[in-house]
Amino acid sequence: MKIHEADAKSLLVAQGLPVPAWEVARTPSQARAAAVRFLADPGNATGKVVIKAQVLVGGRGKAGGVKLAANADEAEDVAAQILALEIKGLPVRRVLVGPAAEIVKEYYLSVLLDRATKRLMFIGSAEGGVEIEQVAVDNPGAIVYQHTDPLLGMPDYAARELAFKIGFGAHWKAGAAIAKGLLKTMLAYDADLVEINPLAVIREHNADGTPVERLVCLDAKITLDDSALPRHPQLEEFRDMDAEDPTDVEARRYDLTFIKLEGDIGCMVNGAGLAMTTMDLVNRAGGQPANFLDIGGGAKSDRVAAAMRLILEDPNVKAILVNIFGGITRGDEVAKGLIEARAQQVRDVPMVVRIVGTNAAEAAELLEAARFVTAASLDEAAAKAVAAAKGAAA
Amino acid sequence: MSILIGRDTRLVVQGITGREGEFHSRAMLEYGTPLVAGVTPGKGGRMALDGKVPVFNTVADAVRETGANTSCIFVPAGGAPDAVLESVAAGIRTIFCITEGIPALDMIPVVEEVRLAGARLIGPNCPGATSPGSAKVGFIPGSIPREGRVGVVSRSGTLTYEAVQAMTDAGLGQSTCVGIGGDPVIGTQHIDVLKLFAEDPDTEALVLIGEIGGTAEEEAAAWAAVHMADVPRVAFIAGRTAPEGKRMGHAGAIISGGKGTAASKVTALEAAGFRVAGSPTELPALLREAGYRG
Repeated sequence: MKIHEADAKSLLVAQGLPVPAWEVARTPSQARAAAVRFLADPGNATGKVVIKAQVLVGGRGKAGGVKLAANADEAEDVAAQILALEIKGLPVRRVLVGPAAEIVKEYYLSVLLDRATKRLMFIGSAEGGVEIEQVAVDNPGAIVYQHTDPLLGMPDYAARELAFKIGFGAHWKAGAAIAKGLLKTMLAYDADLVEINPLAVIREHNADGTPVERLVCLDAKITLDDSALPRHPQLEEFRDMDAEDPTDVEARRYDLTFIKLEGDIGCMVNGAGLAMTTMDLVNRAGGQPANFLDIGGGAKSDRVAAAMRLILEDPNVKAILVNIFGGITRGDEVAKGLIEARAQQVRDVPMVVRIVGTNAAEAAELLEAARFVTAASLDEAAAKAVAAAKGAAA
Repeated sequence: MSILIGRDTRLVVQGITGREGEFHSRAMLEYGTPLVAGVTPGKGGRMALDGKVPVFNTVADAVRETGANTSCIFVPAGGAPDAVLESVAAGIRTIFCITEGIPALDMIPVVEEVRLAGARLIGPNCPGATSPGSAKVGFIPGSIPREGRVGVVSRSGTLTYEAVQAMTDAGLGQSTCVGIGGDPVIGTQHIDVLKLFAEDPDTEALVLIGEIGGTAEEEAAAWAAVHMADVPRVAFIAGRTAPEGKRMGHAGAIISGGKGTAASKVTALEAAGFRVAGSPTELPALLREAGYRG
């Protein structure tokens, strides 16, 4: 699960990491009030505030979702503009307001799960503030990689090594402490990724007006391991319903994995690998899948019926392909669910069903009695579904 | 012969009295798997599966009393990492973890402990393995595989069935079918299974089933090109039409930053001498084209 920058920053602060102050505003007037407070702060070196859209997509800046303001009126106007935006299809419902930093130097630092080594890995660079993928292409030597120990985590010496390799200069102690803090954050909340870009040296003013520099987390991106969410119920409040298709919410309730795609052939499959294969074969037969849908192992008839409702909610769907290879899942349970679902179906969409494996014979009997179109092989099922969708379109 | 499991297997099932554990243990026993013990803490001294299998409180007890050398874990996600550690501590050297939904960070130290102990972990979130004719561990339906000499390795469950069924239908039996699991942190990768098949005198051909995400298939392919150069080999990669940045059910199956695409995997496999099928049903014909006469 992805979470917003402001929420990610609150987790960093809870783990003791240095993050400049911010407030979250839902209305232009709230943004104005926050801006007034930050503009009055004598430590604010630029005398400006930054207003950032809180949406779960990249490229906020390019889309006009990040802007500066020099006074309260401007802050209110800018916040109103940003709150009216829709970025990559997502409405902006909240903005983050904070002091506009005087940036001396930008770094990149993240910790993530590295599948290949089965360990956690830090990625750091003195070229921050730009997309790290672009740095990897343009200047791969500027990126530092360092794994953590699977049993010990990150001892102090390893954090120091990382800080010196990245090149934090006079700020190496802060850099090492931040690295350890990111790892602590990752472990505390079961994150897949904790990414700070930029991690920046900023200039602020002391009470007496003298400038002071410090290393801080200016931006924050955290994604959480869905498998671990049950043991962090407090993190559920960070879930952004806007970023999820309403069908995702419905799918989660029935323990289905559903991803909407652009095509017109609805797919219902058991198992993620087979579900991807089914999509591939629909494509190969000249059609386009409307979704990825894994009903999981051991699905009973009610889950099958829920899956069918989800598929039919998509008005683009012109045909449905059901592909079940029963192992844990019993074919006759799926057949019963399909028959039940079709009885409730409001829209007449042709359906091609292939059920093999456990209790396939019982399933075949049920489906035959109910006059379903069936197929023996996956290739045949894909071809029939594509033909049915084209027939429906004609 | 076979890999991982076979006639010498003496299996202990952790979580044998749970709903899933009992159901699949029964199927394993019916298949003829030497299932010698079960473990459920607090139920030691009872018998499971209609009096056929003794239940112990700890894996150590099961090993001492029955000589168990292989374990299969059906413990829920919260306790499964600990169940793996218990197997390791009891001296089990081949551990199958079937459980799905284990947080990835929990598995990192566990996988390391397994490695340090010199044991082998298959999974988590895997369907297990079947060596047709001698043993099945996990839940691959017993009706699908047939005895033979083709080694099959795959990440997923039902897609494995699909591939194995296609082989069986074409008269190509298998030495061992292994499902390594779809999680991001798993104990055994494709390449590790290939190393075992390469050492197995009775495996004469190879079917590799992969999916988008990561680079495990590419690494396995490169190894096979060098060490299994004369073994007929075919592959199938799922997820050619998966959109970038979407996690397709398996936590591992995500294309990010243009890496882990089906196209890059197919290219690597073909360069390594694999014939890559467009559908699982084409695998047997491609294997024969590659020179396999089994």
